[in-house]
Amino acid sequence: MRAWDMVERVFPLLAIIAFFILWEIACTVFQVPVFILPKPSEFLGDLIRRWPAILPNAVQTLYTTVVGFALGVAVGAAIGACIGLSRFVYRVTYPLLIGFYSVPKIAVVPILVIWFGIGTVPAILTAAIMCLFPVVVNVATGLATTEPELEDVLRALGASKFDILRRVGLPRSMPYFFASLKIAISLAFVGTVVAETVAANIGIGSMMILASSTFDVPLVFAGVFLLAVLGVAMYAIFAAIEGYVTFWARRSADIAA
Amino acid sequence: MNRGNAAAASEMPKHDDADIFVDVRDVKLNYKAGDSSTLALEQTNMTLKRGEFVAIVGPSGCGKSTLLKLASGLRRPTEGEIVVDGSPVLKPIKIVGMAFQNPTMLPWLRTIDNVVMPLKIVEPYRSKFRTEKAKYRQMAASLLTEVGLGKFQDKYPWELSGGMLQRASLCRALIHDPRLLLLDEPFGALDAFTREDLWQVLQKLWMERNPTVILVTHDLREAVFLADTVHVMSARPGRVLVTHKVDIRRPRTLDDLFTDKASKLVHELRSHISHDRSV
Repeated sequence: MRAWDMVERVFPLLAIIAFFILWEIACTVFQVPVFILPKPSEFLGDLIRRWPAILPNAVQTLYTTVVGFALGVAVGAAIGACIGLSRFVYRVTYPLLIGFYSVPKIAVVPILVIWFGIGTVPAILTAAIMCLFPVVVNVATGLATTEPELEDVLRALGASKFDILRRVGLPRSMPYFFASLKIAISLAFVGTVVAETVAANIGIGSMMILASSTFDVPLVFAGVFLLAVLGVAMYAIFAAIEGYVTFWARRSADIAA
Repeated sequence: MNRGNAAAASEMPKHDDADIFVDVRDVKLNYKAGDSSTLALEQTNMTLKRGEFVAIVGPSGCGKSTLLKLASGLRRPTEGEIVVDGSPVLKPIKIVGMAFQNPTMLPWLRTIDNVVMPLKIVEPYRSKFRTEKAKYRQMAASLLTEVGLGKFQDKYPWELSGGMLQRASLCRALIHDPRLLLLDEPFGALDAFTREDLWQVLQKLWMERNPTVILVTHDLREAVFLADTVHVMSARPGRVLVTHKVDIRRPRTLDDLFTDKASKLVHELRSHISHDRSV
């Protein structure tokens, strides 16, 4: 069993390396031109060589994403709590929420540009809007699924709605909340980069648009690679926090259900 | 001890009897869900003496659980009233402990912290919780030891078996020393042997602490083993059909269930329920 554990741990890493090696080999064998599809060695080389120029863009994108994410999660958790706790609020706001959810978020970027001009603010807001909905839905679900019997036990003792929320509702909804954070951080990246490609002078998205307009294809791919690395890193951080905070959720599915 | 006619019983002048702890008077309850309404209870009368152990049996859906909700103040009757300890029940009365078929332990708390939980809610413990926490945990620990879970107090609920969870659930219901203990089929999901163990545990706890108990069950042997008085309820709309006293000395043992007296009583209870179902 231990040997198998090792295999399960190592193979994902091997899969990533194999992916890039196959890519490298394919480009070499079929002699794909650099401006169509650069080899990994080419764009990784570019990434390292031009790092001083790339770094400010990466920092900008990361900063924008994290701020937008924090904003989106805070607002999303608040809305989710209102909806999850009150049937009335749920009924009233549901169609409106679905309406907002259905609008492609990219469509709001031009509006944000009109209001806030080109720069960091529209990108932060786009990131926030992107990660709002998964948080709203998950927090609301988590709060709405408290067992009625447990609520009875506490209410019979004179527990207020707030007591039940604090002692049961909030801890109970933590697994849902953290699951949504993993999705939200990825979506926040999407929001940031989309806004940057349309309306910014700095950031990985803006850098990629500039590079693509000068057929600097290795730099475009370096940008994509960097986004993937940042995305995976942020996902991993939130997955680790989730595992630590809600360790009980995976073990107790049968009792908590 | 067959009272026979429940309506006649309600006319007895019992509310000035100081020994009466719970008095259910002509209670009717209509559940309304949208346009349809269900008559769950009708003309229900019942009295419990202080410290009495009462079991309620009846076909499923007869409003047994509803009666517990009314007694605890979680729900108000459509008509009639319930008086507990001399005052009418108008809102949750805070002196109750409850346990259900589903033990509903909080999976993020250790067993001992689950048992302590009610003390964070109910006065007078609540306001002293910070300073007295160690003492309260000690109370929970000794209660857990008493039901045989001493070694498991620091385990998480998902590490315990169904029987253990139900023991812990009983401890949680009793931690604040409630004067009224409401049990809704607490052993319904357990296997027969575990259930018999828990009957003995519950009897012991009741004899030591002597709360007034209402036990809802569909296990007639359980009712006979545990209760002083067994009420049989009719199918919906529920009301009390007959009432039997269980005249077996305490502490009762499992062997007592195999005596003629107990078997006859179980048989008779069974016949009331069968009769009612066939109508």
